[in-house]
Parts: sequence; structure tokens; C-alpha cells
Amino acid sequence: MATAIAAQTHTITVLVDNRPGVLARVSGLFARRGYNIESLTVSITDNPNMSRMTIVVAGDADTLEQITKQLHKLIDVHKVFDYLDTPMLERELVLLKVQSEPERRAEILQLVEIFRGKVVDIAERAMVIEVTGGGDKIDSFEKQMETFGIRELVRTGRIAMMRGSRTV
Amino acid sequence: MAKIKSTGAKALLESLRREGVEIIFGYPGGAVIPLYDEIYHCEFLQHVLVRHEQGGGHMAEGYSHATGKVGVCIGTSGPGATNLVTAICDAMMDSIPMVAITGQVRTEVIGKDAFQEADITGITMPITKHNWLVKDVNDLPRVMHEAFHIARSGRPGPVLVDIPVDVFRAVVEYDPDEVENIEISSFKSDFKVHKVQVKRAAELIAQAKQPVLYVGGGAKAAGAEHLVQALAHKTGFPVTTTLHGLGAFPENDPLSLGMLGMHGTAYANLAVEHSDLLIAIGARFDDRVTGKVSSFAQNAKVIHFDIDPGEINKVRRADVSIVGNCAEALEALLPMVDETQDISEWRAQLDAWRTDMPLEFNDGANDGTLHAEWVIREIARLTDRNVVVTTDVGQHQMWAAQHFGMRSPRQFITSGGLGTMGFGLPAAIGASFGVGPDKDVWCISGDGSFQMCIQELIVATIYKLPVKIAILNNTFLGMVRQWQEMFWQKHYSSVDMERAPDFVKVAEAYGMLGLRCESVDDVEATIRKAMETEGPVLMDFRVVKETNVYPMIPSGQTVGDMIVRKPQQVEEPESTCHYQPRDTRMPVVDEVVDVAR
Repeated sequence: MATAIAAQTHTITVLVDNRPGVLARVSGLFARRGYNIESLTVSITDNPNMSRMTIVVAGDADTLEQITKQLHKLIDVHKVFDYLDTPMLERELVLLKVQSEPERRAEILQLVEIFRGKVVDIAERAMVIEVTGGGDKIDSFEKQMETFGIRELVRTGRIAMMRGSRTV
Repeated sequence: MAKIKSTGAKALLESLRREGVEIIFGYPGGAVIPLYDEIYHCEFLQHVLVRHEQGGGHMAEGYSHATGKVGVCIGTSGPGATNLVTAICDAMMDSIPMVAITGQVRTEVIGKDAFQEADITGITMPITKHNWLVKDVNDLPRVMHEAFHIARSGRPGPVLVDIPVDVFRAVVEYDPDEVENIEISSFKSDFKVHKVQVKRAAELIAQAKQPVLYVGGGAKAAGAEHLVQALAHKTGFPVTTTLHGLGAFPENDPLSLGMLGMHGTAYANLAVEHSDLLIAIGARFDDRVTGKVSSFAQNAKVIHFDIDPGEINKVRRADVSIVGNCAEALEALLPMVDETQDISEWRAQLDAWRTDMPLEFNDGANDGTLHAEWVIREIARLTDRNVVVTTDVGQHQMWAAQHFGMRSPRQFITSGGLGTMGFGLPAAIGASFGVGPDKDVWCISGDGSFQMCIQELIVATIYKLPVKIAILNNTFLGMVRQWQEMFWQKHYSSVDMERAPDFVKVAEAYGMLGLRCESVDDVEATIRKAMETEGPVLMDFRVVKETNVYPMIPSGQTVGDMIVRKPQQVEEPESTCHYQPRDTRMPVVDEVVDVAR
């Protein structure tokens, strides 16, 4: 629809059959209908027959509505949950390899401490740091590390869960 | 029932029997020989050997369209499967229930680029409701029943089952009754009609001053045409249909506005443009209907009936949406609407538009010219419209939609969504198998489209099908030529079809009667001859070369931009056909040959 609402990002959780080809069906749907995926994670769940996808999409409310409906039409999709008006937890993990000259290590360690991260590997001129948290926290940690020189970076993509006792 | 032991191929046929399949359209090949060996011994099933898998796919579509049953087609692995792709996509776009069965290379060589290997489940993923690669024979019987269930439930559509050759040969022990009881928890198709929404719809209807019913193929798929008619007659609301809605409402009814959209009637489009309530029943606001969406029926509230929740708010936001079977919904709605609602002013306005801007056609009475529209009108008149009509895609398709005057729901079979040239002939053959030998099926085609699946003629001959093929031959790819004339300064790039086979001789070569009609005086005799002749007949109507389909709302534009008839041109712009600069309207065959040399 052509309504001009600024694009936002939404997190949706999709429960799918744990079967070959399911990821292709879901990602293919996004590609052919022109929906933008910002991040997508897939993992097993407590039920071995099911996988759980967490997809972060950019788009207005109409787009989100269409995405939800189109996903529902896929036979492998059991449930789609969009967290609209639902208190939720979102987490992401980053592994970041930063340039660490011996004289700047202390400074880096201090920042790691502030972000409640962990140093998981260290070499002569580099260290690997692990930080978890919401997307904003990781963005700002990344920004802090830029001054030292990020050599490599990998983020898991977002995962999400409802707060409280309700489940998807 | 106890478990039985059978090969995969035999189990597949057993599932077809249980699903009520009587006919399949297919083409054998290495990967499906074990299946064809079972078909060889099979008694309940008629197998029609097509001449190209695409034709088989369209036959399955035509059969399904005409009967409402699930169409079944078969292709072998690799090219056999990829040849089905166009038909599968066509069925997806037009919501036709179809099960495509394809062979696959042996499981152990899948992924190794084996001979005639194609990843057909990957290829058809976006154009099927669902598909399966069955690597384990134990899954095959269940998957087959799931396939039929998904194809026909909810919004119908195509599915594909890909079966490696060794799975056909492997032995499965299963209970055929048990596998029929399928349950797919993630597949929801039986949406219950929401009573509150129906009530809200009735409220909007009661307030409407300028309402229009906009009826699509979904109304026919649900078998809701009598309810659409009841609603229209009770309220007195006018009805316009989409291309696929044609036949859901008889066009001789005074409430009928005919088809809307790009080549819809002027009065249907004006009615929608000025409406204050648009009641969409099984229609999906296709771009050929809406043109520029933001300007489409700007002042109208929208009630949208659809069985597919994904269609609601996809293109146009609905004020009231009713998800579910539209027959069920209309039945709930009917008692709530008032028959005394006064819309006489609106009706008078519609009548005025209808009088001012009728659908125009040239019967050749003044100038002796033979026009495609006239041929279609004569076919309709002489057959008393008691026939099934299939079309190909292009100008002739739009003229058929405008001028035939459909009366009944499963009468008009066309490729609407995908717009597949080559659809008409195989669809007519499939439809003829569906409706039986006592009903003629007319394939209205163009000289371009017809050549795309011409090889299926032999199937009509072999089975002596009463398929009457009317080629409206204007020696052009007419619709493209029309756009080039109207929007591309007459740059007739690659639309000249003057050099074509002699269609009468083609008919004869394929063992059927061929007739040529070059004069408006011979139209009736030609049609009558075709009707009197048993079995298939091919007619080559040499119609006026350069005429356009009107009215026309150019792509992506609005009713305000509608071109009702050919503008009176003061000066013909010079044509710039690249290989024949002097006169493109009447290409001379010899000159074309010279250039080719």
C-alpha cells in the first residue's frame, strides 16, 4: 500500500517445520515480495520438529501486515508472532576482533567492562571481545571500538522472546 | 483396512484413484517410466499423451477450470519438469487447483548434475502453494493426499510432487485408508466467516448511494454465482466483473456493467470511479483493474470478501473485510440487506453512461471490412452462447471478454494473471475432456498465440474433440502493436507475423478440417460449417490488420485517462519499422525474404 508512514523495523518470530528447504521458502518469499530483511536467525527449539526464526524487517504497518499474512500461507509455517504492543526481550551477540596495541589494552578492557562484555581471545596485537545485548547496545559498543580499529566483526542477528509467562 | 504392499508408482496411482482422478495429461521420459508402466496396466485412469509438457499443464488447467476438479499433469525429470513451469505459474496466478507430478533422477545422484536433473522443487517454490521432493517411498502415499488437499482447499492453486525414479520402484507397506486422513496443522483453509464483519458490511450497504458489486474469479471458485445474483437482484446494485469473474453474472442482465479495468466498458469504469461503495467479491484489485491505485475508486468505501487473508489490504485497504468462503459469507449477508433501498438516481446515471459510451464494434455493414469483434459476436450468436470459450492472450482475448456476453460461470476460460500466450488451445482440449463430447469448446485465438502451442492440435484430432478453433488472424502481435502505435510512435518492432504457416494447411496436416474466412459475408457460413462438422475444426479469420482494443485505460493511469475510441487522426505519423521503411501496414512477403537474404 502506498501510505506514507516512515519505515520502521519490526521483529517477528516464525515457528516453522524443521525440514530442509524451509529457510529457502521463507527467504524466497521476502525476496520476491520485496520485503527487506535486516536480520534473520534460525535455531532449533524445545520441539525437535520445529525451528524458530527471528526476523527483523523494515517496513510500515501495512508491510508488516502483508508479511505476516504471506508467511502464514506457507505450509511449513506454523506460527507468526509480531510483538506489536507486547513487552519483549531482544538480544544479539557480537564477536569483535579489535586492534589492541599493548598501550591501549587497559582502555579497551575498561570499555568491555562497561558494556559487560568478555574478552574471549587475545593475541599480541588483537583481542576478541564478546558482547551481548539489544541492538542499540551493540551498535554503541561497535562505535566505541572503531577508534581502536575493528579488524573483524560478526553479529548473530537478533533473537526475541516475550516477557512474562506467555509464550509464542 | 489392513496394510498393503505396493511399489511407489502403484501407490501413487492408488492415491489418484482415491482422489477421484479420471484423467491425467502427461509425457513420459526416463525418470517416469516406472510410473508409466503402472499407467499401462491401469484401468480407471485415462492418460492423454500430450505433445509438449506445457500443453499438458494447460490441459490440466482447462480441465480444472471447466469442471472444478483438480487437474493433474505429469512430466519427466529435467526438461519435462521445467516445461511445466509456465503452466504451474499460470495456475498459481489464476488460482486453479492442479497437481503436477514430476519424475526426478535417482536419489543417490540428486545434486550431482545428473542427466536430466533439474531442481524443480527449488524452481517452482514461488509458483506453487507447496511442493515436495519425496525421497522416501514411505512418505509418498501421504504426500499425494496432502497434495490434493492443499491444491483444492482454501484459495485453490497448484502443487508439485517431485519423485525420484527409484522411489517409484521402491516398495512401501502402508494403510491406504489411514494416509487419506490427513491433517496438516500448519495449513489453515477453512476460515469461518466473521458474523460481526458481515453485519458491518450490511450497515455500509444500507448507507450506500452509489454502490457497485465488483466480482472476481473467487466468486466462481466458491460456486457463489447464484448468491451474487441474488444479492444484486435484491439490492438492485449494478455488477461489474473482472476478466475471471465473467460468467458469474449473466451479461444480459440489466444490472450487468460487463468487465471493468484496462479494457473494461467505459460505463463499468465510470461506475467504479464514482462509486461510494465497492463490494469486492473474490477479486484481488489487480493492476489491470485498478490502474493507478491511489486514484482508483477514491471516494468509495470497500467491502472485501476473500478466502485468502493475504488479499485483504494487499493493494487497497478494506473498510470491512470478510475472510472465508464467499458463498457462506453472502448467504449470511443476504437476509441483512434491504430490498427497498433507493438508488434510482445512481441507476439513471449508469444508464446515461451506458447510452453515451456503449461498447463499440464494426459489423462491416458499411465498409465490408471483417473485424475480430464481429466474428466473436457472431460466434456467440450462432452458438447461442451454449459453449465453453477459451482464449489465448492479447487483443482477441480482450475482444472476447468484451463482446461474447458470458452467461454461465464455467463458460469462459482464459489466462488472466500470467497472461500466457499458447494457453488457449491446450486449455480448450482439457476443457473438452472435462465437459464431454456433447458440448463444443470454442478456442478464440490469435495468429501469434496460436503458434505457441500449435503442436497440441493432434490431440484434438486423435480424440475427435469438438474443439472449434477460431484464429482471429490480423498478421500482427496485435496487442504489442497497439501499444507501439499508441505509445511508441508506431515503432512496429518485431510484431509482424505476416509470414506465418498456412493455417488451413496446418489443420489438414493435423487431420482436421481447416476453413478460411476472408470476407464479412462468409462469417456465418464458416461458423455454421464448424458447428456442423464433428470433431475439431480450425478457422482462419483474416481480420482487419490494424485495429485497437477500446476502451483503454493506459497502464498505471486513471479513468480520467480512458481512451474510449480511436482518436480522429489528422495526420498519420510516419512509421519507422526498421526493415521495411515504406509501408508497414501491408508488408509484402517477397520483400521480407529479400531482406533476409
